[in-house]
This record gives sequence, structure tokens and C-alpha cells, in this order.
Amino acid sequence: MNFLKTTMLTTVAAAAVATAANAADCPIKVGILHSLSGTMAISETTLKDTMLMLVDEQNAKGGVLGCELEAVVVDPASDWPLFAEKARELLTVHEVDVIFGNWTSVSRKSVLPVIEELNGLLFYPVQYEGEESSKNVFYTGAAPNQQAIPATDYFLDELGVEKFALLGTDYVYPRTTNNILESYLKGKGIAAQDIFVNYTPFGHSDWSKIVADVVAMGADGKKVGVISTINGDANIGFYKELAAAGISADDIPVVAFSVGEEELSGLDTSNLVGHLAAWNYFQSAESEANTAFIEAWKARMGEDRVTNDPMEAHFIGFNMWVNAAEAAGSTDVDAVRDAMYGQEFPNLTGGTAVMLPNHHLAKPVLIGEIQEDGQFDIISQTEEVPGDAWTDFLAESAVLKSDWKDLGCGMYNTETNSCVQLKSNY
Amino acid sequence: MRTHVLAALMFLVSAVVTFAQTDSAVGPMQVVLQDHKEAILESSRRTIGPAIDAVVASKLQQARGVLNTWQGKDMWYHQPSGLFYQAQKVEGRTYRLIDFDTGEIVGEADKSDLKQIKPNSGIRAMIATALVRFQLEDPDPSMRAKGLTGIERAPNASLLEPLVASIESETDPDLRARKTRLAILLTISFSDDDPARVAAIEEVSGDLGVDIRGTLNPLVTKETRAFQGDIPDELNVAQTRVPGRDGFTRAAAYQLLVDAEQAPALITDDQVRLSLAEHIDGGQVGGVPIARLGDTEARSRAYAALAAAGKVPPLVSEADIDRTLQSFRFADVYAETSPAVTQAAEAALVRIATRVFFSQTADLALDALSLASIYFLAAIGLAITFGVMGVINMAHGEFIMMGAYTGYVVQQFIPNHTVSILVAVPLAFVVTFAAGVALERLVIRWLYNRPLETLLATFGISIALQQLAKNIFGTQARPLTAPGWLDGALVLNPVISISYIRIAIFVLALIFLGVFLYIMKRTRLGLETRAVTQNPRMAGAMGINPGRVNMLTFGLGSGIAGIAGVAIGLFAKVTSELGSDYIVQSFMTVVVGGVGNIWGTLAGATMIGFLQKGIEWMNPSNTLAAQTYMIIFIIVFIQFRPRGIITLRGRAAGD
Amino acid sequence: MQKSFVMRNPSTLVFLAALAMFTILVTVLAEGSGAGVISTSFVKTLGKTLCLALAAVAMDLVWGYAGILSLGHFAFFGLGGYMIGMWLMYERTRGIVEASLAEAQIPPTAQEVVDAIGNQIFGVVGSSEFPIVWSFSDSLAIQLALVVLVPGALAAVFGWLAFRSRVTGVYLSILTQAMTLALALHLFQNDSGLRGNNGLSGLQNLPGMTHVPQATISIWFFWGSALALGLGYLFASWIVFGKFGSVIRGIRDDEARVRFLGYPVETYKLFLFTVTAMIAGIAGALYYPQAGIVNPAEVAPIASIYLAVWVAIGGRGRLYGAVIGAIFVSLVSSWFTGGQVPDVNLGFYTIKWVDWWLIVLGLSFVAVTLFAPKGIGGLVDLWADRKSPDRHGADLGPSEGSLQEKEAVE
Repeated sequence: MNFLKTTMLTTVAAAAVATAANAADCPIKVGILHSLSGTMAISETTLKDTMLMLVDEQNAKGGVLGCELEAVVVDPASDWPLFAEKARELLTVHEVDVIFGNWTSVSRKSVLPVIEELNGLLFYPVQYEGEESSKNVFYTGAAPNQQAIPATDYFLDELGVEKFALLGTDYVYPRTTNNILESYLKGKGIAAQDIFVNYTPFGHSDWSKIVADVVAMGADGKKVGVISTINGDANIGFYKELAAAGISADDIPVVAFSVGEEELSGLDTSNLVGHLAAWNYFQSAESEANTAFIEAWKARMGEDRVTNDPMEAHFIGFNMWVNAAEAAGSTDVDAVRDAMYGQEFPNLTGGTAVMLPNHHLAKPVLIGEIQEDGQFDIISQTEEVPGDAWTDFLAESAVLKSDWKDLGCGMYNTETNSCVQLKSNY
Repeated sequence: MRTHVLAALMFLVSAVVTFAQTDSAVGPMQVVLQDHKEAILESSRRTIGPAIDAVVASKLQQARGVLNTWQGKDMWYHQPSGLFYQAQKVEGRTYRLIDFDTGEIVGEADKSDLKQIKPNSGIRAMIATALVRFQLEDPDPSMRAKGLTGIERAPNASLLEPLVASIESETDPDLRARKTRLAILLTISFSDDDPARVAAIEEVSGDLGVDIRGTLNPLVTKETRAFQGDIPDELNVAQTRVPGRDGFTRAAAYQLLVDAEQAPALITDDQVRLSLAEHIDGGQVGGVPIARLGDTEARSRAYAALAAAGKVPPLVSEADIDRTLQSFRFADVYAETSPAVTQAAEAALVRIATRVFFSQTADLALDALSLASIYFLAAIGLAITFGVMGVINMAHGEFIMMGAYTGYVVQQFIPNHTVSILVAVPLAFVVTFAAGVALERLVIRWLYNRPLETLLATFGISIALQQLAKNIFGTQARPLTAPGWLDGALVLNPVISISYIRIAIFVLALIFLGVFLYIMKRTRLGLETRAVTQNPRMAGAMGINPGRVNMLTFGLGSGIAGIAGVAIGLFAKVTSELGSDYIVQSFMTVVVGGVGNIWGTLAGATMIGFLQKGIEWMNPSNTLAAQTYMIIFIIVFIQFRPRGIITLRGRAAGD
Repeated sequence: MQKSFVMRNPSTLVFLAALAMFTILVTVLAEGSGAGVISTSFVKTLGKTLCLALAAVAMDLVWGYAGILSLGHFAFFGLGGYMIGMWLMYERTRGIVEASLAEAQIPPTAQEVVDAIGNQIFGVVGSSEFPIVWSFSDSLAIQLALVVLVPGALAAVFGWLAFRSRVTGVYLSILTQAMTLALALHLFQNDSGLRGNNGLSGLQNLPGMTHVPQATISIWFFWGSALALGLGYLFASWIVFGKFGSVIRGIRDDEARVRFLGYPVETYKLFLFTVTAMIAGIAGALYYPQAGIVNPAEVAPIASIYLAVWVAIGGRGRLYGAVIGAIFVSLVSSWFTGGQVPDVNLGFYTIKWVDWWLIVLGLSFVAVTLFAPKGIGGLVDLWADRKSPDRHGADLGPSEGSLQEKEAVE
């Protein structure tokens, strides 16, 4: 038995080495395109460190296709045009085989034309607004139906919310998400006047009036809930004002899509207990893989560091890429892409993530309540939800479908049965 | 190794114990819980109702304890035995199980065998409602208060009777008042006795509470309905509607009929296109060649042909709509059946609405005042360095940031929030005073005659300091927590409230104003500063050392910025970009107000604060627009009063 | 006339010759022409840098020569980018939409095509209607005209208001900064109709040129940028070396005296402010198709301050100084933030340039203003052994003959 196993392993290994020899030049280069300076460094530096950790771990396991992995780190400095320039540099000067990177939607839109032109491969780890499908991007973060829609369902069904305040920072992710949610809520029978939408600038700090407006919404006897797509620092002022106004999560619950463990570490959470966040991953998820991941992270970065959802997305994305490259026997973009479809990898919350032909993952949706220690208590976990590039809740997008495997098109109009465009819209 | 063996042994023992328990008769509460095992495990608000009801209906004395445990997320499910227990953590992954019926410890189990039942807040609210009847008569006032909160969150007809019954025996005056008020609210919503409801409504008319409006508004909800023929008399009609009048459009009226399936739906252009595509017949649709269908007129011709052939539903013309609408009557109908109640509620709401409007205006004014005080606080240091000395200091914002970070660092060493703030304020002053003096000595004093270059040099300092802060503290926002006594808000009435921290900032701004006036008008430094600003040579001739005075004045302005930083950090956030958020606004405040005059800065801050809140009020869904329009307004304002709101006259004005 | 102008200003000739040499060199070595020594991404960087240099020339005209420290010229630059971006996006999307609708069974109506384009462009930001500002986006000619007209008009209106009420010096700087902030905040809003925070993207893909590789397009734009810089430089030197130049230098040094001499100071300033805004707009229109995306962050006040800093470091009051400053600082910046500069290990602390570069840059502004007011251009004086007249006190202005510190105090 043992003998058999060993022989099989050696054969496989030999085959792997053989293919590696004619596949790619060693070392295999992995591009990391995360801002290390500027406004987004706050979030993206963590992801760069995560990638370096994953690359090191993989090298310790013997690399990929018998080759050592080499991480190429560049700094696009939170400057969106610079993302395009650095992506071109990674693909043409450094000749990387794959890129892991980006956080904001606008940076992704900036990079898209370049990687599509040069046929690169990008793994994008952050929850986003959907309405996009690129042949060259794998979206390992949540699409709206993997975060916003389940959280709204939770509000409707579990908390009995009848009136919604959609508060967001004024940029594309909140705009599109709120658009989808508005349309979804109307479909669920919520009247237009029961939906309050507000947009604030980045880093907004004067929340008193908006919080008062939200409280005043309760005047017609309906239960009010807040769906927050407020981004980054602005959350701190928002939650401080909520706490000062004495709004309990039992009266007006707030569910946030951009607040994770990392953001809460800048805040005293004792007044926020019970407010909610929806993600595909929380540090408090109980599984052996997660415990090991957190331990490795803390050992590398320090005891007080926390893990978050985009880190898990990179974890899954990177491992899937490794497996796909091994399966394809090459790091060639087209070969890897074909091998990616149907790739499975256990996610850190238990269960398995699957890569779908629309370049999105099937992942479970978790809803957590904020606790005093800045962690989340997971109170709801769904089955794996397949990510949907084009939302079903906007008329223009409902007819669109993305299937790169069989249809070979990311924007396929099911009404006219034609491919709208092969490149993505940016 | 030994511990592992021990743990394994203990686990075995516990398993044996639990199984022993299962074999013997399970307690009555366990039976109830087992009956609803699936609902409890699924833990969804939609299905949990019967389970909670069953626990209450069991009339067991354990019921209250079970509900409390459940609500507190302490109920666990033991997988091997399939029973529910209260569990307490012993250590590590070992939990002690307590039986609900006997209250005894039945054994210990490893976490892997247990599943915590985590009711979400929807379920917790339902449990809270179920607990109310136990709590209303509880000897502990805090329990009774909890019960009342439960009713407030989920008012329920069945609670009216026990609530009214409990008022009599209530000894605590506050709770008694709350109970009476709640009883009124429940009467309005759920009583069958219309005169009593009207009386209750009249009792609360004029009350600003959101809960009152929350109770009254559902009574006056109405729905526009269409009637073929006469409107039935038994309906409580608010008013009849005529399509095309009073904002009730013909389109809305027709859509109403479509929704009620009493009229054919309008056919959209999209549907026309799709129907045409379905009926392509040998390169033609309805006799029109396909190539010519890229034209609206041709399309309608083709569609009309198809409709005539009966292949598609005909288009609905304006005349059709008119004809349909004429055969219907429309009216707004109350959901509430009693006209007396709806009338009373409408009248009460009108009275409340007027009061709410005034209160909201007052609340907005308070917000504006608070924003003005924040701008004033951020700008007051600048009023000294820029207003009095004429030095453009683009690094002013970074001094604010340094103050905020000082507050954060102090809190790392002094955990008591009150003490740490008391230490942080003077320390922030010292730190930024020193930084200001250094900046003045090293850079600014060489550039007194080159203001534009001062701007550039201090901008260089600004980006260097910002990056330095990032290098030291990281880019993540840092917590600066206000002491407990600044938590919460001052509530004047249910609409007007303002958080204590904003009041504190307002007071701080007033203190600064006083300090500034005192230093400038009553101290030697102030006198010397004014002298040096007006005429440095003459001041020098009088024995004043202009260099020293400039240094001290600049230090003072910077120090005040540092204190402002602590205050702003308390209310907003502490990041390296904190300062740059305020710098442009601060300059605007000083320029708009009138350079060289503290009252001008005050006027400028007030104007900007009120203006911004005013614009926000007009356009509540877009705060960014408010900021844009405010800046444009300021630019235009400065064209007409280039010297600001309050201008200096005579010699002091200089030129 | 032209001959004597060039003869009198050899620096212009030298500059144009150097620019031509540089352009030829880059063309020969570029990937697009087959040599492949210079990668496409670097050609783009160089092309963009030339555009920045052109903006810096405009900034130098308005600040170095006329003494107006405008903190709004990068906003004009961004506006130029937006104007050309609208056409690029519209046309590219139209191509895609028409190709896709051509496959539909029923030919689309004109309105359907426009709706589909709108949906493609604005679907990303949750809307599908064409805002009014896009009225002319289907016409290249009009959008090209708008590249100069929109920044020009904004500058004219703002300048007319500001100069008319005699706002000068630092007040004017703060006011221009406020204008920039207002514009950036406006563009940040989705309601502005220019796709909010996302801005206009995919601009590097020229409509109808999908078959041309980016390597070639990058060369075209590089030529375009070099040509624009050359013409802009020539125009600027023609302005400053003529009589007009003397007047604006006079205004910089003592506005009141020039006014008393009978010159309409406000008109001069307004003209210069507007013309430089147009030049900045042209530079932006060439820059953003190379960058690929234009969004409100580009317009933020800090960008305009950087523009002033480039001019200061290069040397104010000399046109080549502005060009040198822009090229030097932006290239060095991208080198340092590129993560390719080796870390310096001090034993107890490792200096990572990504973290420390901004500090070095910030302190170097201070150093330049304090110790080398002439900037890098001052080195030319050293080399040419040109000495400033020995007068009392330090220079207040950047070039010879400007007011001295002593004089200003009195």
C-alpha cells in the first residue's frame, strides 16, 4: 500500500518536473500590485504581507511546478493611473505570470485595459459592486449577491426591518450596491419613500445630522435598519455618533459591508456591540484551517494583528492558482485559466470554495455581530452562494450572463443570445 | 501527553454521564425543547415563534430561566445526546453542562460536541417579548424596566392587559410613568374601544416622541384604490381622487388599474422590439422589411400590422386610457376602519408636525453651531499665525494631527480616560508649541518677506510630517476614546439632542476665544505681538525683540492647534490625514471672517457652519454637494467682500 | 522678426534642439519601433512627463513671470483630460455597442444606440442617462475645442472675479486652492455626470484603432506630447521675451507702479491666467490618454501644489527651469515609489524609500526655498558664470532685476 503510494507520488512528481521543464523559466514570478503608500496603504499593505506569507509558505512546500516562486512587489501609491502603469510594468518588464492586487474599484478599472491588452491574469480579492466580467480577472471577493443581498434578506426576514437607510461613501461601490439594493427592496414590496439614500465624502466626520435623520425615520412606526457602505475612516465618526446618540443595535441595527476586524481596531467597540457586518470570512470563524492561518499570520506579523476577508480571498485565490498551474502543467495564462474552472479549495470558514466559469467563487455568506473585543460573533452562515457577475435585480443586467468556459463571453445577452462585448467595460 | 489522556478520559466520562441522563427520564422542559428541536437549531425568526410560545405555554417555573439563558446565547446543543443544556466554559475547550429542569451540573463536554445556539437580535427581541409577562411584576426595578423595553420594541395586543394590571402596584415613579405611557400607546394601537382610543390619542397629541408618531402614523396610512361604480359606504375614505389633479397623475391612476388587473398593461418600446423579433417572417415583420425597423415610426407601423392580425396585443392609446379611467372612481382609503380614530390621529399628527418642525430647526441650528465651533477650533491657531502674523502655515493641519496623536500616545500610557485627557491637553500644547517654535526659528523667519515661498516651504513640511506620522503610527486610524462622562447626548426633547462631546468642543472653543482675547488685549506678549505686526522696526526701536515675539506668537498659535487636535480626535478619528481635512476650510474660515481679527474668524466659522448645515438640509441625500456649494459660495462671497466679514479700519488694516 | 527673436534667445533654440534630439532618441530605442530598449510603459511615462513639463511651463508663466501663485492649474490640466476623455469613451463605447446591436434581429433605432451607450458608460456608476455635459461627446471637433475652451472659460470667469476685486498674493493662492477643491469635490459626486470617483477610464484604447498595438500608440502620443511641449515652449518664450513679458514682470515686482504707468494690470493678468489655463488643458488632454484614466483625485488641490513645487525646484522665472523641474521631480518620484531603489540599512533601522521618499521630497522643498531660490536652473547660471547684480538683501523674485528684500521692507 505504502509502496504503491510512494511510486504514484514519485511518478506524479516526475511528471510535474518534466512539464515544468518545458513550461516556464524558473523562478515563476508573482506580481503584487497593492498600494504601499497613500490613502489605500491602510488596507492594501496587509494584503501585500499576506501574499508574501503565502509565497514563502508555498516555497517552503517546494514551490510550483518544481520552480521557486518569486514575489515582485510594486507600489502604485494609491494613484489610480499609476496602477495601469505598474501593471504594464509587471507584465512587460518583470514578465510576471500572475498578478495579485488592487483594492478599490477605480484601481481595478484602471488596470483592466492593460491586462486585457497584454493577456495578464489578475486575482482581485475585495468585495465589489459586480457589473463586470473580464476574461483576465478572477474575482475572489464577494459580488453583491454574496454580501449585500443576503444581508438585506437577513434584515427583512430575521430582524423585521421595514424601512431602510442606505448610507454610503460617494463612489462606485456604494452607488452600484445601493442601486441594486433599492431595486431589490422595491421588488420585496418596500415603498420608495421607505428607502433613504445618502452619500458622504471620503473621510466624512460630521455625522450628527445624518444620524438624526435616520432616527427620525422611525416616526411612522416601522422598524428602521441601516445598510452601510461607508468606507474607511469615515466609519469611525459614524459609529461614534451612533454611540453618542444612544442608538442600540436592537432599535436600529446597522449592517456594514466595509467594516471588518481591521477597521474596528481603530475604535472602542463597547458601544457598538450588536451591530452587524456581512462578509465571507471572519477571524472568529471556527475551523482548523483558520486557526493555522491566524497562527501563521500572527507569528509573522505580531500578536496584535487581525485577519480579514480580503486576506482569505487571497488565500483561496493563491492556492487555486497554484493548483491550477500544477494541473495545467504550465503558468501560461490561457492554460491556467482553463484549469481554474471548477477548482475547489477549502475556505477558512469550513466548506469549499469553487471557481465558477464566470470567474467568481461560490462562498458562504456570514453575518457577524460586533463584540466588545473588536471581533465578530458569527450568528448566521449560509450555504455556499455562487457569485453572480451581473445582478438579477437591475433590468439592464438581469439579461446578461458571464460564462467564459462554454460561451467564452463575459457579457452575454441571454435575450438576444449574443455576446455584447469580449472586453470588459471600464 | 498526560493532559490529553485526562481530557479524553473526562470526555468519555461526560459522554457516559449524559447518556445515563438520556436513559433516565428527561425533564419536562427538555421535552418541550425537544419538541421544537429543529426550529431552535435553525434559529430563524420566521420559524422560531412556536418554540418560544411552547416554552411560555408550558407554564413551568423553569421557563423564565430557559428564555434568559437562550437570550444570553448560553444555551448549547449537545450533539451526541441531542439534548439542550445551559453551558459554562470551564477552561480551554471544555464546557460544563447544566440541566434546565434540575439546575444541576450533569457533566462536562468538549466544544467539538457542542453547538452554541445563537439567537439573532430578531429572535432575542421575541424572547424579550415573551419574558415581559414574567418581568412586569418582578421585585427588581431593573427587570421591570427591561420588560418595558421589551414592550416598546415589539408592542403586542396581548401585553396590554398585563401592563395595565401592573400599573396599580408599581412603586417606582419613573417606571410608573413609563408604564402609563406605554399603556396609552398600546390602547391606541390595539384597543377595541374606539372612544378610549380617541381619548388616548388626544392625551398624547403634542408629544414629540418618535414612539408616539410611530403609533399614530400607522393609523392614518391610506391606500389609493379604484372602484368600479360607487365607493362602498363602509370604507373609511380619506378623500376621493381625480386622475390628473393634485399630483395624482393619469399614468399613476392607470398603473393602479393595471396592477389590479382591471386594465391592459401599457406596452413598452422594449416589448414592441421583442414582439417584432418574435414575428419575423421571411425578412419582414408585419409587411415592413427588417432593415427598415431601425426607426420608431416603421416599428409602430409593423406592430400595428401585427396587432391587426391578432398576433400581438394592441397598443394602448391615450384615448383608451381616458376611456378606462372614466369608468372608475378613485379614493384614498384608510386601513383603520374607525373614522373617529383616524380624524383624531390626523389632528394630533398635525399638531405634532408643527412642533417637530420647530424642534428640527432648533436641532439643525445646534448641529450648525457645533460644526461652527469645530471649524473655529481648527482655525483659531491659524487666526494667530496667519491672521495676526500674516504667515501662511500649510503645516497647521499637521500640528492639529500632532495634537491628536499626542492624545493617543498618552492614552497608551494612562488607561484612565479622564486623567489621560487632562494630561494630554497640556502635553499636546507643549509638543506643538515646541514644534511651532522650531518651525519658526528654522524656516519661517527667513521667509517673512516672501509669503508665497513660505506657503511652499510649509507645504513641504506638511507632507514630510504626514508621512512621518504614517511611518510611526501606521496608516490605520488610531483610537482616541473620550472619557465616560462625555459619552451620550444631552436630550432636550426627543428631536433636539446634542452629544456631550460636541458641547465640550463648543465650550473649549469659547475658552480659546477668551484666552485669545486675554492674551492679545491684556498681556505684554499680546501688546508686543500687535506692535511687531504693525511695525517691526518701530517695535524694535522701543526695545521689543521682534524675533522673540514672533517665535512666541507662532508657538502659541501652533500650541492651540495641538489642543484643538485632541478635541477633534475625540470626536472624529486620529489618522495622519486628519490635518489635511481641515486645512483648506480653516484658511477659508480666517479669510472669510476677515484677517487679523478674532471676531472675524468667529463670524467666518459661524457662517460656514450654518451655511453647510443649511445646504445639507436642503439636499439631505448628498453631503458632498453641500461642501461643494459652500466653497463656491465662499469664493463668490470673497469677490464682494475681499477683506472678509469683519474688516479692520485705519492703520491697523495695513496694506 | 522670427530670426531675431531666436537669435536673442539662444536658450529657446537650445531647448528645442534638445527636445528634438530626445524625441528621436526615444523613438529609435522604443519597443514600438522594434529596438525594444525602452519598454512601452516607459515610453508612456516619458510622454506623460513631457505633458507635465508643458503644464509646468504654463505654471512658470503665471507664477515665475507674473507672480500669481495659482494653485489651480492642475485643475485645468485635469479638465482638459476630462474633455478629451468624454469623446474617447463615447466613441469607443459606440463602436462596441454598434457591433453588438448589429447582431440583434431588429436593427436598433438611433435612440436605442444612444441609450445602450449611456448604459455601458454609466452602468458602472448606477445610472444610464446621458447627463447634459455629455451633449457634444459624439463630436471630436467640439470636444477638442472644449479642451481649451472649458479650462479657458473657467479661468476667465474666476480670474475676472478675483482680479477685479484686487485679490492678490497669498489670498489669491488660497482662493485658487478653494476653486480647485470645489471642482474636485464636484467631480467626486456622481451627480456631476462624469462618473464620480471612477472618472473616465480606458482612455488608452483609441476608438477605431483597436488593431494598432499600444507600443505604436504610445510613440504617437510621445510625439504629440513633444510637439505640444515644443510649441508651448516657443509660445511661452515669445510671450515673455517680448513687450508683454516686460509688463507682466513689472506687475510681478510692483503691481501698483505698473498700474500708475497706465497699464490695465487686470487685463494683462486675466489674459495670462486664461491662456496658461488653456495650455494646461492641452497638456492634460495629451496626458490622460497615455495614463488611461482621469478621475477627481487627479484634480485634488495637492496636485496643483506639486506643480508649483516642480517649478520652484526647477527654477522659477526661466522656462527651461520649469521643464527641468517637472521632468526631474516626477521621474525621481516614480523611481523612488517604484520600489526599485535599494533600502538603506543603518544597522538599527532600515530606510525603506517607499516610506521615506515623501519626507525627503518635503524637506527638499524647504531646502530649495531657503538655500537655492533659483532651483536647479541656478546651476546654469553657475556654469554660464552669470552673476546677479550685487544689491542689498536677498532676491524676492526669481530673476534679475526683481524687487529686493530691503526694498520691499521700506
